[in-house]
Amino acid sequence: MPANPFNGHTDYGIGLGLRVPHYRHILEQKPTCDWFEIISENFMVDAGRPLEVLDKILEQYRVVQHGVAIYFGSAEPLNRDHLRKLKRLVKRTNTPWLSDHLCWGSVDGRYTHDLLPMPYTFEAARVTARKIREARDYLEVPICVENVSSYAEFHVSEMTEWEFLSEVVELADCGILLDVNNIYVSSQNHGFDPFDYVNNVPHHRVGQIHLAGHSKFERYILDTHDHPVLDPVWKLYDRALQLAGHTATLLEWDDRIPSFDEVHHEALKANKFLRSKTLAGQPA
Amino acid sequence: MKPSKQTNSSAAKRSLASLPDTAPASGLAELQRMMAEAVMRPLTTGEQMQPQWKDGRPTQEFVAGFIKPNDRLTSFDRLEIYNRQYWFRLIDCLYEDYPGLRAVLGDRRFFAMITAYLQRHPSESPLLRDLGRKLIPFLQDEPVWSHPHGPMAREMAQLEWAQIVAFDGESRRAATLKRLAGTPPDRVFLRLQPYITLLELTYPVDEVVIRLLRRDGKMRKEASNAVESTVRARRHSIANRVKPRPGWLLVHRLENSVYFKRLNEPQYVILRSLDRGASLEAAFMQLEELPSAAEVSPEDVQSWFRAWAELGFLVPASS
Repeated sequence: MPANPFNGHTDYGIGLGLRVPHYRHILEQKPTCDWFEIISENFMVDAGRPLEVLDKILEQYRVVQHGVAIYFGSAEPLNRDHLRKLKRLVKRTNTPWLSDHLCWGSVDGRYTHDLLPMPYTFEAARVTARKIREARDYLEVPICVENVSSYAEFHVSEMTEWEFLSEVVELADCGILLDVNNIYVSSQNHGFDPFDYVNNVPHHRVGQIHLAGHSKFERYILDTHDHPVLDPVWKLYDRALQLAGHTATLLEWDDRIPSFDEVHHEALKANKFLRSKTLAGQPA
Repeated sequence: MKPSKQTNSSAAKRSLASLPDTAPASGLAELQRMMAEAVMRPLTTGEQMQPQWKDGRPTQEFVAGFIKPNDRLTSFDRLEIYNRQYWFRLIDCLYEDYPGLRAVLGDRRFFAMITAYLQRHPSESPLLRDLGRKLIPFLQDEPVWSHPHGPMAREMAQLEWAQIVAFDGESRRAATLKRLAGTPPDRVFLRLQPYITLLELTYPVDEVVIRLLRRDGKMRKEASNAVESTVRARRHSIANRVKPRPGWLLVHRLENSVYFKRLNEPQYVILRSLDRGASLEAAFMQLEELPSAAEVSPEDVQSWFRAWAELGFLVPASS
């Protein structure tokens, strides 16, 4: 079943990331799209054009919030002012769940604006889980945490990334936004089998899945979100659906963004996998 | 609901009650401080991570203390990806938000200036929208980065920050002339909308911005830090082509588009006085000492207020 406590017991299908180059097309043409994911921070403003656009989108579509700056994994406390603004937006969008990344990005009140990788330690898991719980209690909305793509690993790590993700979500009792492209990117950068990752996370906690494209360089892969989804990522997606069942799925395309129709067409390829899982019934 | 599956999490075996409420994150905090310091360290002129750490050791030696290498990348290589991403992302953001300042300084000096700015004032907000918040005092405090065009650079930075504020700043219920009617002028207190900025200029930087935007075919329409670049690359400063010309400007928004409104000096003085807390009567009295207000009639002032009220510029001071 797709609905679970971590996605607000919803039954969403295939969504798209709401991006500026598509605003006019969406507002004028009102294309069919099951739901849009917004970057929360782009709308955490007091007034003006961003909120005008958002309100028009909300009149026509279901919207889910995805954030990039809570930094659950930073050792410092949550930024209360940021959470206050986020809660105001949650009330505006009525998002059934909210996601942000399993990462850190701030130190002593200074922000890198990046999604930096966690050391996979029990201490880090405890700190991160506590902050997720605090944020959820304050925001009063289910939270899913997304695995990030990464290019570095730490000597101090005590477990694999998927063990760390599992540890955090169990301690926090929260959901997972499983980004299968990020799993693939990290697997190539760190030399693990991406299927080990997908096979070994708590599947009943998966509230949403992300798909995206990436770029291969000579010695590593970058998570660039500027290409169609590649075959190895579709295979991971297929496996994730086998294990988690029909799950709300979103395509991210953030750079060199083609037309709305092209992005939507790419996203709808996920239907092939989603339908087969629906026909098959229960997850494996 | 799907049935719960067995996971490899050790957490499932432990009680949540065993979680410390305020676990000291000393190891985590220290690791993150080390990495953040390396990530936020300036790049070399070749856009690489600096080969030498601040204590004289090779950076590779410092980084290898906490980052693992793999079969293709050293610890240095792996951290350099983040170091470069940090600078590219933040510089791109300031390039997009400050095209006018970039034109005043030229590409090379603008790049040097924002690199110094980001070192002096690392971001203190989760929102990239706020990245330039301290740019104006920085230019004031460290004139070396904008010399010899400091005054023009500061005015351009003020104008471009004012645009950001006008784009998405707070809006309050506007004061109406009808509601003010009958109140003695010494008891009328008004402020400007929070999204409005008043500027007293010695250079026509608004005209420079409009020329640049016309040339590049774009106005600020969407979010700050939008993906698209607002001004195409330029190498040289335009500052020598801009002659001083005093003026007064109000930066505002109307129907969610940003506008510049030129003011005359009396208009500027009245609005500034009101925004600083003066009563309507006190604001008018400021005009008495202003030579440029000699020919201003009561009808002129009434028409100004009608226009400002229609545009929603003024709010009750208590709001």
